[in-house]
Amino acid sequence: MKILVLLKMVPDVVEELEVAPDGRALDTEFLRLIVNERDDHALEQALLLREDAGGEVVVAGLDAPEVDDVLFSALAKGADRAIKLTGFPEGSGAPAVAGMVAGTLPSIDGLLPVDLILTGCQALDDLDGMIGPLLAAALDLPYLGLVAAATVEDGGMLVSKEYSGGVLGDFRVELPAVLGIQAAAKPPRYVPIAKVRQAMSTGTIEGVAASPAGPAPSIEVIEMTKPESAGHAEMITGSPSEAAARIAAVLTDRGLL
Amino acid sequence: MPGNIWVVAEHWQGSPTDAAFEALALGRELADGLGVALEAVVLGSDTGGLAAALGAADRIVAVDHPALSDPIGDVAARTIAALAAERRPEVVLVPITNLGWDLIGLLPARIGCPMVNFVQDASVVDGRIEAASLVYGGKMSTRVAVPAGPAVLAVLPGTRPAEAGRITGPPPVDRVAMDVDPGLIEFCGYREPEAGDVDITRQDVLVAIGRGIGGQGNVELAEELAELLGGAVCGSRPVIDQGWLPMSRQVGKSGHQVKPKLYLALGVSGAPEHVEGMRDAELIIAVNSDPDAPIFRVAHYGVGADLLDVVPELIDRLEAAGKR
Repeated sequence: MKILVLLKMVPDVVEELEVAPDGRALDTEFLRLIVNERDDHALEQALLLREDAGGEVVVAGLDAPEVDDVLFSALAKGADRAIKLTGFPEGSGAPAVAGMVAGTLPSIDGLLPVDLILTGCQALDDLDGMIGPLLAAALDLPYLGLVAAATVEDGGMLVSKEYSGGVLGDFRVELPAVLGIQAAAKPPRYVPIAKVRQAMSTGTIEGVAASPAGPAPSIEVIEMTKPESAGHAEMITGSPSEAAARIAAVLTDRGLL
Repeated sequence: MPGNIWVVAEHWQGSPTDAAFEALALGRELADGLGVALEAVVLGSDTGGLAAALGAADRIVAVDHPALSDPIGDVAARTIAALAAERRPEVVLVPITNLGWDLIGLLPARIGCPMVNFVQDASVVDGRIEAASLVYGGKMSTRVAVPAGPAVLAVLPGTRPAEAGRITGPPPVDRVAMDVDPGLIEFCGYREPEAGDVDITRQDVLVAIGRGIGGQGNVELAEELAELLGGAVCGSRPVIDQGWLPMSRQVGKSGHQVKPKLYLALGVSGAPEHVEGMRDAELIIAVNSDPDAPIFRVAHYGVGADLLDVVPELIDRLEAAGKR
């Protein structure tokens, strides 16, 4: 089966985030980007499906700083082909990006038809929409998100979605389809840096300019601010030993020790 | 004249969910602010029994069809989009839950309208709706001008108390007869999680670990602490994804809702989907090396330090105090 995995870069929220001078977006100057964690799971699930059912895994990344590293790393993990989609106007929202991607896929040599499109079921910058379902609607394909397991069966897929409390819901979907992956069946594989370097010297990333699309719905951010972090917690300062003493004292006061 | 406010009143096992009541409470404020009606949209195959609980709404728009008996977002999105094309609501509020997840993503696409995700508050300002959203895992807040209708607002759990939307009715019900395309997705059934592990919803003390635990080798540190405190270890999504704890220990959107006497969060950033599972704990103490971590906004006490420095000290102290 032929699987297309769509990847995007998102801010690494472990790093400190700052608001841009216009007060409406993130300051990109010192921003560190990483691959959306769920997209990494989507890639892993695609590689696992190929191990079971054979076929081909194509990764397509939305152009952003550091995306080349992620695409080479995908090749090193075993992806058959890597494509970088470029030319999205700055500030394009999720609906605009999804529309452009949907319009561009047919023009990529030897790509379509694909049996399956996998992407992360969410990203922490999905303020104005999620790429997976937007793309599914644009391509008029069925969509299931929060997918935690997927296996091929009789020309379709058996898919398990997460509900709350650890409950899973099982679905069967006809192919082609778009799946939003929450978690791959195994944690995303580790790839040694030597293999990534090798992919950088022997592999290729195909650059494809995304085709313009019609107007897409958009929203206007009036203001972005850093929420007051310690607005609620009483912060305990001092050395680790002093902090531990204070925690123990709080627990004693509350009758928890 | 703005359109009405719609709330998708999701239901589970025959009753509207708490998230639906929370969204109804928020929707009530928006409808009153704009001077329009609040309508609860109810989809299913036998929704007659739900109306009595939905008194917060002025009217119920109900579609009953066999194809709507199963939780398929694709079918729900097409159905609500068809209704919206005809009736032009101002906004459609959809609770952010696993139950409504696919609908949130698909509905704006099917309507062809904008959406605002991660909404934690919304109000009417000069006759227009403004939404406040939490983005980047809770590390930034945004204010968004919601475009003229229709627009979809995906509402985070806990925006309003469920009690504020839990008003007995029944309001008048508008039963809509329409064709519903069953689509290409078939629901096969639910599977309950395997029993046998510790039930974290019944623990008085939980030691929660997040990405900051660093590796599987450090999990035993948390286990040692939990044992001294007479509790159990649970975790956030990244820990479960890595296989460091079983799924039965997950707290948050896909995991459990917990309400222990003590929730000691170690290296947990506090993304909204985790916080919704633990915000009602009686005492929350968080240790995280990132002083901006959103967990400190729900914690009662916070320590801005590496858990691997603090926890061994705490273990020593508890041991010295004769906990073992």
